[in-house]
Parts: sequence; structure tokens; C-alpha cells
Amino acid sequence: MSAGENGDSAGRINGIKSALRVIPNFPKPGIMFQDITTLLLDPKAFKDTIDLFVERYKHEIISVIAGIEARGFIFGPPIALAIGAKFVPLRKPKKLPGEVISEKYILEYGSDCLEMHVGAVESGDRALIVDDLIATGGTLCAAMNLLERAGAEVVECACVIEVPELKGRERLRSHGKPLYVLVESQFLKGTLMATESQEEEEKMLMGKSISRVEVKNRLRQSFASFIDLN
Amino acid sequence: MSAGENDGSADRINGIKSTLRVVPDFPKPGILFLDITTLLLDPKAFKDTIDLFVERYKQKDISVVAGIEARGFMFGPAIALAIGAKFVPLRKPKKLPGEVISEKYVLEYGTDCLEMHVGAVEPGERALVIDDLVATGGTLCAAMNLLERAGAVVVECACVIEVPDLKGRERLRLHGKPLYVLIESRFEPTS
Repeated sequence: MSAGENGDSAGRINGIKSALRVIPNFPKPGIMFQDITTLLLDPKAFKDTIDLFVERYKHEIISVIAGIEARGFIFGPPIALAIGAKFVPLRKPKKLPGEVISEKYILEYGSDCLEMHVGAVESGDRALIVDDLIATGGTLCAAMNLLERAGAEVVECACVIEVPELKGRERLRSHGKPLYVLVESQFLKGTLMATESQEEEEKMLMGKSISRVEVKNRLRQSFASFIDLN
Repeated sequence: MSAGENDGSADRINGIKSTLRVVPDFPKPGILFLDITTLLLDPKAFKDTIDLFVERYKQKDISVVAGIEARGFMFGPAIALAIGAKFVPLRKPKKLPGEVISEKYVLEYGTDCLEMHVGAVEPGERALVIDDLVATGGTLCAAMNLLERAGAVVVECACVIEVPDLKGRERLRLHGKPLYVLIESRFEPTS
């Protein structure tokens, strides 16, 4: 489900979308990075972002908000404070002091790991997972595994931005969990504009030298290899 | 200045203090690590923490709250939202996309670096710097330098916890800036 399906929130969603910016060729050539820091510079748009999540979850009896390091730490706590839930940071290895549980997950090249404190979450807790952006859904799935191993029920995953081409929503669906986002990014169209030459771009757009499926696959590979830049 | 000098906040401060935990020998033997994650598990104490900062800053015309990665991100945004200010993340190198300014600072062994986006802060803006804890004050000084290089005025640095023995307050005083904390943490000497 995406926000904006309710008329009242459409105006706020447009304001939020216009506050985002795309940084070409970060962290490497060909990638169009969706930057939420400009949203944080707009107090109204930032407040609207939090309000939209709070309106959705305040009556859902959520007892835990888990935020994924580091941009999930920016959105999760204000939501937790507004709905009276605990906030639990999910972190890269060796950052959390004390006893932790770890969940390894696969990246395009290699693997990464997410950790949660033992005892932060209890059996029966109802949890929401928050991050700024969902790409392939790999990090969110690792997060869900941590919470479920601790006995919590994951109610939903919530992100500001979804990159639909990377099929995170489907991956979460395979895990049996829904996804809620405010904004879908125009990743593919934007990325085509970051190609090296005008000629290559034109060929791609006209489908003459490279099929659209092939373009998507190449872009998905190059994007997926960095997406865990938390 | 520390909170608790005003009667109205003493109970809230005690509640906050009681939620903190100390983790021995982290990240290395002999260190007593002050952990704020248990505070975040107590919705009332977490709300009180934010409220105490908001009550102090809401009338001070603060237009920017700068939070230091990563635990500053857990406190800064909520304060910014409540007082209508921008939130600016100050990050380790290579995390922020786009054009940044960098400030190097010295650690006990080696150096580290903090970055801020170009254009996030404009000349004349009044800024608050937030982190969970102040030890020697080195990171806070780097943060203040970034904001001042962009033309902002740092009004104050604010942390949940101060470790007075590490003299961060004095270091900030040398920089000409005040420090506000909710809790002071004093330890027995460790071997």
C-alpha cells in the first residue's frame, strides 16, 4: 500500500516528494541516490512525513518501532514517541554494547549483518520496522528475522521511499509481511539519464541495441551492490 | 548548566537516569560504556528527555538542530520537529551524498572526520548541536566548526549525559560555547 490513496494526504505527499533530491553517480557511476536529507531541511515536510506514519499506526497497538541504522534512526524515534512505543535501534556489527543477537544477510557481493539487543523486544510485542528507503528488501528481511527470533510479531514495514524496480515489496510478501511507503521513486527513468553518453542513452531508450529487460538487469545489479550503504 | 536545577524537572531527570545502563568493558576492557538504548525502551522517559530539551530551546529562535551520527540521530529529529527547526545530520566520511564540507579532529590514537552537506545551513542561522553523550568534547568541537564554517551561530551543545572527568565542558568553554546536559555520570577510577 502507498500513501496518497486518501485525498487528504495527497497534498502532503506531493510536498514530501518535492523535498527529496536525487544525487547522480553516488556512491558510484550510474547510480541515482535518493537523498532524504533535503526533506529534513523542510520542517513542514518532515512533520508531514512523521504525521502520515503516526496517523496510520496510532490505533494499531504497536509496542515497538525498530529503526535500521542509520537513516531509520531519524524517522523511527519521532514515530515511536508519538504513538507511545519503544524504539529499538537495529545496528551494524559491534555498535551495540552488551548482549546482542545477529542476523546475517546476503548482498550482491558478500554479506552483511544486523544486530539487536537481547531483551529489547519481548514475546508478544507488536513491531513496526522503519527505514528511509526500501530497495531489494534484504535489510528489512534481516530486521524482521531479528524481531521474530525475539518473539515479536512484525505488523508492517514502513519506508519513506520505495524503488519498485528492485522488487522489495515482493520480497516482503514472500516473508508474509506488508509494506507501506509514502513515495515511489522514478529510479529507472532517472538512472537512464546517468548513462555515459547521449548516444548510448538514445539507443537504450529506443531499445535498439539493448533490450529494456537487459537495461533493468544491469541497473538492478549495479544498484543492489551498494544499497546497504546505511 | 545541568537540568535538575529547576524543581519541575527533578523527577523527570531521576526517571531518565534510572533507565540508563552501564555496560562494562565495552568497546574494550576497562571502559564503562554508558548505554542510552534502555532509555529508548521506556516511552515516558524518552518523551521526558525530548520534552526537557524542547522546553529549554523552543523560545531561543533555533533554526537548525545538528545531530551527530548515529546516536545524535535518535534525539535530534524529535527536538527539531517540536521546535520547528531543520534537522541536519553530521556524518562519518562518505555517508552523505552530494557536496560536503569535512572537519578532521584528533582522537586519543589517530584522527577522525565529520561531514556536513553544503547548503544545509545558511549564514546567520542559529544552531543547536545534539549528541547522546559528551566525553572529551572533541566530536562536539568538530561539529561546531562545521556549522561555523557554514556561517551559522552555535547557540549551545546539548547532550543527555556528560562524563565530567573527561572535561568536555571545559573544552567547549575554550571554544566559547555552553553545554547543557540532563545527567552527569561520575565513576570510581578503574584500573
